Amino acid sequence: MATAFSATLPLHGSSQENRLLLPPTRLPPPSSFLGSTRSLPIRRLNHAHAARRSPVVAVQEIVKEKKPTNSLLITKEEGLVLYEDMILGRSFEDMCAQMYYRGKMFGFVHLYNGQEAVSTGFIKLLTKSDSVVSTYRDHVHALSKGVSARAVMSELFGKVTGCCRGQGGSMHMFSKEHNMLGGFAFIGEGIPVATGAAFTSKYKREVLKQDCDDVTVAFFGDGTCNNGQFYECLNMAALYKLPIIFVVENNLWAIGMSHLRSTSDPEIWKKGPAFGMPGVHVDGMDVLKVREVAKEAVSRARRGEGPTLVECETYRFRGHSLADPDELRDAAEKAKYAARDPITALKKYLIENKLANEGELKTIEKKIDDLVEEAVEFADASPQPGRSQLLENVFADPKGFGIGPDGRYRCEDPKFTEGTAQV
Amino acid sequence: MAARIHGGAGAGAATALSTFNPKKLVAPSRTNLPARSSKRCIVAAAGSDASKSLRVGHSQKLIANAAVATKAETSATTGTGHELLLFEALQEGLEEEMDRDPHVCVMGEDVGHYGGSYKVTKGLADKFGDLRVLDTPICENAFTGMGIGAAMTGLRPVIEGMNMGFLLLAFNQISNNCGMLHYTSGGQFTIPVVIRGPGGVGRQLGAEHSQRLESYFQSIPGIQMVACSTPYNAKGLMKAAIRSENPVILFEHVLLYNLKEKIPDEEYICNLEEAEMVRPGEHITILTYSRMRYHVMQAAKTLVNKGYDPEVIDIRSLKPFDLYTIGNSVKKTHRDVPTPYAGTLEEWTVVQPAQIVTAVEQLCQ
Repeated sequence: MATAFSATLPLHGSSQENRLLLPPTRLPPPSSFLGSTRSLPIRRLNHAHAARRSPVVAVQEIVKEKKPTNSLLITKEEGLVLYEDMILGRSFEDMCAQMYYRGKMFGFVHLYNGQEAVSTGFIKLLTKSDSVVSTYRDHVHALSKGVSARAVMSELFGKVTGCCRGQGGSMHMFSKEHNMLGGFAFIGEGIPVATGAAFTSKYKREVLKQDCDDVTVAFFGDGTCNNGQFYECLNMAALYKLPIIFVVENNLWAIGMSHLRSTSDPEIWKKGPAFGMPGVHVDGMDVLKVREVAKEAVSRARRGEGPTLVECETYRFRGHSLADPDELRDAAEKAKYAARDPITALKKYLIENKLANEGELKTIEKKIDDLVEEAVEFADASPQPGRSQLLENVFADPKGFGIGPDGRYRCEDPKFTEGTAQV
Repeated sequence: MAARIHGGAGAGAATALSTFNPKKLVAPSRTNLPARSSKRCIVAAAGSDASKSLRVGHSQKLIANAAVATKAETSATTGTGHELLLFEALQEGLEEEMDRDPHVCVMGEDVGHYGGSYKVTKGLADKFGDLRVLDTPICENAFTGMGIGAAMTGLRPVIEGMNMGFLLLAFNQISNNCGMLHYTSGGQFTIPVVIRGPGGVGRQLGAEHSQRLESYFQSIPGIQMVACSTPYNAKGLMKAAIRSENPVILFEHVLLYNLKEKIPDEEYICNLEEAEMVRPGEHITILTYSRMRYHVMQAAKTLVNKGYDPEVIDIRSLKPFDLYTIGNSVKKTHRDVPTPYAGTLEEWTVVQPAQIVTAVEQLCQ
């Protein structure tokens, strides 16, 4: 019954093998999938929807299936790292909501609650030189990649100590040091950029003859999968065999548009084989399952075998953004997914398999609480950007502002970046 | 205007003065710049004396300063030089930069095996390989974005739009990412791309293939736009654009690809932000760029015969404008005729030399 983990690991296979993921005849009873599906044909629903049960069972099933000798998927250290990362994501986002309602940050803020398994599952496998490209729901991707909570919180507050000097905001988290390539406001905009980063990796290896096996992971949502840029990039990535992993965070809703109402074939993983790359569907509420799929996809990319499309079925516990009243989603659907909270599931797994005890996990939770509190204090105490910063980063080479009427380059005027010089 | 002394002015300006009646110039200034000392005007008008100007500081690395008086002076100072067509000049510039820096690469439709639809990248794929001269599928938005992502991570791509009009499909990437990412990332990532391609009215190419997109791109912050018009400045601007850390959009023109000119053998680049003085004059300033430069020069001949002395400036840098050259010129002449460019019905909408002459005459009444 498992999702991506039947014996046919689809990552090695061709499109034929992927079909084995679906049982030949099984139709889920209508009540097992909630959301606005009542009037839609449900025959094409992935069988995983019907097979959904409690998270603990799902995790244990992997153990039974994959490792008959009962050895575990993760070590204690790995487990604690994963747990800490997910707790960090959750606490940070909860704190963002608090700060938003207290008027410390403005604009569009999109929170990641509920989807932590996808970010942690993928990004914790990456090295520092691998790249991550995200969307506007990027706080947790930045945190998982290594950007400090202080830097992200300051950026949200618009302070000069933010990761983008206060110039990006919630939707534009960038970090050159950690290779976090943003943060994009329009959906689909980041996918070509991710393709470019993967292209550079291949170029470095094949043209510059450097020892480079960096991969790029592009995160985006179900709504983006109806956008042209997605398909154009799937084509190019498969064509040039780029080291990229396309991760679809299918949380079933694009603001108020249900995925099933907007997509002719809602099974996004199927679109991978159409372009010549493996497409995998995985339970995105289960960090260990995501991690197993990610391991294979990342090593595939590193070996130079090309891209993979991974569809993670997940759910966001909050609205699309803090401005979204979230009235359209069915309460029963929300409750169903809340019962599959990835953090609770991992906690249970760690305890039941004697990888950690309550005390250790509580210590981690306390540590993260303190970290997030400290991040807020730091952001509060940080200064606002000065006026001199106004035009500083518009051009990498400020000669681009041109030659002023006095014959000198405008940027030679020391006051120019403050916007006070005559323009 | 005769009161302004031209020390060392070229012969051309001196003869023009003799037929010129300063009393005729009563038109109000078209510029809102504050009045400056008259001495500054000398700099823009003087031909070879430009090297002594204030602006030499910015061009020190260049072998040949961009602000030269006439087209004739753009040929090699060493006396040798080689003659070639504009598209070959672009290719030479591109090839030299690719030799110089292995991070420079080209991407676009038909740039590789086909050699480019206007042969600008001919032979480059054989020399540099299929990855450095990448033939992309037809997906402007995605490959422009891919170029931007590659630029952010260390490469220097030259993205070719087969026709500038096709770049409308890439507008999302150009506007949101190309121009803005340096800013929204707080200066962490630079985007040293060059987006180039032919545009403009050709010979009956139809409406969609004859668009000029300059005005659409003008509103995008963070990018520079230049337009080349001669083989000399085509090669120079191409090289400068590739070396620039800023994203640069280089506009070429379909009908200018076969222009022939002699260019220097030694390496040179043109300044991206400067305008080019094509013909200094006293009476009226005509601002132009790209193909219209030739229409204007034709009109200038007629005007000179009729007793006018037009100053012709090829603005070259469309964003930002070189306000120094332009401003000084307009202040001097107090008359300015920008030549607008649009093209749907070709003969009627492309400004013809005769129309330019009429416009000048009307202004000088």
